Formats: sequence, structure tokens, C-alpha cells
Amino acid sequence: MGKTLYRKIWEKHLVVDEKDQPSVLYIDLHLVHEVTSPQAFEGLRIQNRKVRRPDLTLATMDHSIPTRNRSLPIQDEIARKQVETLVDNCRDFGIELFDLKSANQGIVHVIAPELGITQPGQTIVCGDSHTSTHGAFGALAFGIGTSEVEHVLATQTLKQYQSKTLAINVKGELPLGTTAKDLILSIIGKYGHDFATGYVIEYRGEAIRNLSMEERMTVCNMSIEMGARAGLIAPDETTFAYLKGKECAPKGTEWEAALTEWKTLSTDEDATFDLEIDFDAEHVTPQVTWGTNPGQVVGINEKVPNPAELPENQKRSIEKALDYMGLAPETPMTEVQVDKVFIGSCTNSRIEDLRKAAAVVSGHQVAEKVEALVVPGSQLVKQQAEAEGLDQIFLQAGFEWREAGCSMCLGMNDDLVGPEERCASTSNRNFEGRQGRKARTHLVSPEMAAAAAIAGHFVDVRKWPTKELKGANV
Amino acid sequence: MQSFTTVTGVVAPLDAVNVDTDAIIPKQFLKRIERKGFGQFLFYDWRYENGQEKPEFVLNKEPYRNAPILLTRKNFGCGSSREHAPWALSEFGIRVILAPSFADIFHNNCFKNGILPIVLPEEVIQSLFQQAETQPGFELSVDLASQSVKGANGFKASFEIAPYRKQLLLEGLDEVGATLKAEDRITEFEEKHKVFYQLSF
Repeated sequence: MGKTLYRKIWEKHLVVDEKDQPSVLYIDLHLVHEVTSPQAFEGLRIQNRKVRRPDLTLATMDHSIPTRNRSLPIQDEIARKQVETLVDNCRDFGIELFDLKSANQGIVHVIAPELGITQPGQTIVCGDSHTSTHGAFGALAFGIGTSEVEHVLATQTLKQYQSKTLAINVKGELPLGTTAKDLILSIIGKYGHDFATGYVIEYRGEAIRNLSMEERMTVCNMSIEMGARAGLIAPDETTFAYLKGKECAPKGTEWEAALTEWKTLSTDEDATFDLEIDFDAEHVTPQVTWGTNPGQVVGINEKVPNPAELPENQKRSIEKALDYMGLAPETPMTEVQVDKVFIGSCTNSRIEDLRKAAAVVSGHQVAEKVEALVVPGSQLVKQQAEAEGLDQIFLQAGFEWREAGCSMCLGMNDDLVGPEERCASTSNRNFEGRQGRKARTHLVSPEMAAAAAIAGHFVDVRKWPTKELKGANV
Repeated sequence: MQSFTTVTGVVAPLDAVNVDTDAIIPKQFLKRIERKGFGQFLFYDWRYENGQEKPEFVLNKEPYRNAPILLTRKNFGCGSSREHAPWALSEFGIRVILAPSFADIFHNNCFKNGILPIVLPEEVIQSLFQQAETQPGFELSVDLASQSVKGANGFKASFEIAPYRKQLLLEGLDEVGATLKAEDRITEFEEKHKVFYQLSF
């Protein structure tokens, strides 16, 4: 009987496997940031414990840091204290830290892949739910709480119950003008916000194989928005080509050894999943969320749903969402005006995302009264974008161009959406209050966000007058 | 960690699906570096308006201000992995959460913080909502050892829990310490396990 990719990675990391007990799983890479780690380090100190493998632990600061002028001290005293605590902890426990002055600083889920640290077959954890992003490389990657952060720091292992497996077979090709973000939002919209709870997803099929690494990261990133423990895509030539030559990727004979191992990382043909679903990529359209969870989403040419037409058990939660969002039933999505536009986050802030958004923006101006900002996912992404002149395209159009961080995805710094303001956002969560108290978030792709910034309302980016867009890969 | 044996008390009905951890503890309170002090910010945007309590929110009403049991709908605790959510619930006094389903990371985090998340079928949850909403002061009694929930009116339900998690709650176990007892196994594993990267900057 064949094995799934998940099962193969699981077995390779089993340290202890006893009946009626959770398995003890070895962790290959532990990513740490300022928000979910201070209490874990404090726990180590209280018990006089060490970090077992500082060489498999990497820290950065991304959540609560400012994205404006980095030469000034952090104004928010509590955030400053949190950032300083990370500096102290990394120094005391011997952990590599990309601080605000580091050329490698950025969102934790952007930096590890771009440096070649994230690799196929690894187990990766971080005190952050979007750790699922790294599954794009065929790594088993998932978010953990702070108690588990402490457990991994002290033992380099985690107690885990095996998840059920779910295959999502994405058939056909994504239509021109639609993106990986539209694909994953369509899947969540069809099956629901908690559909995959208890499962590890493996995304398979032609449409997935045709995605770039950046696009695969967008898909896996949002696995958690279906409730999945993790999302996986088996590594292939696209993965290997992306990794080759990256700073921390193996070189020479090590590369060959790694490659031999990585090539074994796919689900065997006779393996079975606990659940398998087929999804047709060919009908995907540009998506916009209308509600307060990522499953509340429609195509750009559709309308806000009418709760009156829905069954009683759904009615109330939809009315509540529409009330919060300030939307009338049956409003066409193209008539929804925006106040803010945010291009960034661990979902969509990589160089390809910025290139695609810039292609839409080029030669246009941000609509009057719209505030738009671009926050690159890392300082390396920022540097690359500047080398390509993308910053100038955004700046000339009236966007702000910031330093790397999580920024307005969750507004832990001062990048906030105001009460009742409406934001087109390339991030991953449209929860109540996520981007600010009473803020109204609409999740979209970078191209859709860029077009909304110019038009002042949502538009069908497939009809956008740019010749660049037709090339798909700008 | 606080151990858990039995809890008897008022059931606070929070009638909302997909309650996410951003709602449980909004991001502006995540900058603190301590484990304590989050209870005051629990459900902040639902509980307060301009610093004043919103009288209509369930936990601002008597007898729910001191309720140890929270009754809610499916997918409770979805979203962010922030353990600040169970820290805030625990400090507020919540020891048991009853729902048809929980989000994975939140569910896991509860056991590390002396909170017992209990999954009951949708129709049982629905009937508990009816009782909690029509009988102010409706109480339940939860016993972890026998894995049962009981009401004075004869309500009775049993629930599943993994043996390890049950032990973790009953004993308030130090998990890190327990794993470190098998440290030799970890060392042995490391000797034959290989990673293909080096962090040297």
C-alpha cells in the first residue's frame, strides 16, 4: 500500500511513536518572531532550560514593527519593548536574528523561502498560523501556540496527532487574468471556512503543477483559512529550479544528495486519502470577499448575497456580516467603493506579486480619496523591486512604498484601516476588526487590488487596459 | 499549569459561528511580553465601545460575568495561532467551552492552559442554547474523569477526549519536562537525521 506525501514526511520525523500517545515529531526548522515568542523564552528561563538547536532556529521581526522610517526608534513603547525582548532573547540563547537593520529582514514566511532555508521534506513550525505557506515546497509546515514554541525551543520536537489527509485535485488551467489568489479564494468559497479542519491538504493536478513557487505559496498560505493543519504541494522541477543557487540551499554534492531525496517526495500512485475532491480551475474568476470570513466570497461580476433568499440557519450570520461590512444585499461588487488599498502580507508580497500589481498600475493614478500602500514582504523583495523600477511605478501613481513587514494585514503597528473604512487588501483574513476597529476588509489578488486603487472601486481586472497583463508573467 | 477536574457553573451563550481569535483578543493587545493581563481585553471590540461596556454583550450581563462555561457555535477559535486567546479566556474565568467544532490550533492551545474544549453534536448545542437563553442562570456540571456533562434538569452528555490530553489537564503536566525525559531518543534521532541547510549570515 502506497504512502501519501504527508505520511512520508511524518515517518521521516518520528522520534517516539507509542500507542495511545501523541507522536513525538522532530522539527527541522523553527521560525520565531517577536509576538508569539517572549512568553516561551520566559518559560525556558524559569525552568533554567536551553534552546536545544539554535542552529535550526531563525528569528525575525515582522508583526509589530513600523514600516516607515527605520532610522527612528519605535514610537509605540509596548511594541518597542517586545522587539527589544526578541533581541535580548536571541542574543542570550544564541539564535540568528534578522533585526530591523538586517538586509534579510522581512515577513517570516517570505524570508525563509527566498533564502533557500525552506526545503522539501522538512518539518517547519512557527508561532504563526500562516506557516502553512511553506507547504508550497513539499514541507510539512504549520502554526503552533506559544506553549508549543517553548516545547520546540527546548526539545526540537513537538507532540503531534496525525491528521487526516485531503487531496484537492485542481483540474484544467486557470483562465487568463485570474490568479492563484482567485483559485484559493474560490476553493474556500465553495467548500467553506472550516471545511478542512482536522486535515492536511495536498494540492494536486495540472493547474497546481503550472503554478510558480510564489503562486504555490499563496495557495498553501491560505490552507489555514479552510481550517487545515497544513497544505502541501509535492516538489517538482519548478521547486528545484527555484531553490537552486539560493543562499542557504545546498551546493555541489550536497545539492545532488538533497535532490535525490527530494525526488522521492510525492504521493505514491496507490496511496489513498481520507477525502479527495476535484476542483475545476477553468471556471475561476477574479474573486472579492464581501463578508467577514474568507469563505464569504464571490466573483467580481457577481453581487452581494441576499440573506432573504437563504435558509434560516445561514441568514443571521450573513446579515451580521453585511451589517458589519456596511453592504446592502444584491449590490454588484463592481459598485463597491474603496478607501484604502493594501498590497502586502505573507499571502501576496513577493516579487511576482509586486510585478503583477505594477503592470496594472503603470501609467495610471490612484483615484482621488483612495490611500494606497505597497509593503514588500522582505527587504530583499524591496531591493529587487527597486532594482526593477517597480517602486517608481507605484510612487508615481500615488502609492506609498514602505519597508518590509506584516503591516496592514493585521495592523499591529500604525498601518490601520479606520472605522467603517473599506479596504481592498491582498492579505488573508477579512475578520471583524482585523485591519482596525470596525475596518471593512475585502480580500483580493494583487492585480485586483491595484485596479481598485486606480478606479476607486472594484473592477474586473480581466478587462483592464494594460498590454502587460496579457503576458501573465510580466 | 492549572489542573482540571470538575467545573460546575453558569453557561454563557455566545451565539455566533466562526468566532475567530482576532475577536477573542484583538491584535493591539498582543504586544505585551507577559502571559498575564489579557483577561481584561477578552472580546474587546464586542465588550466595549469607547471604553464603556456594551450592555447587550453576553459577558457584560449578569449572571454571565463570572460564568466558567462558554457555549458557542461551530469553528470556535479560527484564525491566528495566538495563545493569547486561551490566556484571555482563562484569566476571565472560562474553564470549559462547548461547541460543535473548534479550530485546530486554538483547540490544541486550550489543553496547554487548563481549558477544556468539548465537542458536542450540533443538535445538542442547539438544545443547550435554548435552555441557556430561556432559563437565566442555567448551570452545567462538567466532570473530566468520567467525560460527562450534566444539568440539574436531567441533561446528560458524554464527550470524547484523547487519553494524553485528559491526563495533561487532570495533572497539569509539564510537557517540556516530560519530553526531556526521553532526551536520549531525540539525540539518537539527530545522529541519523540530516538537514540540508546551514544558517550562517
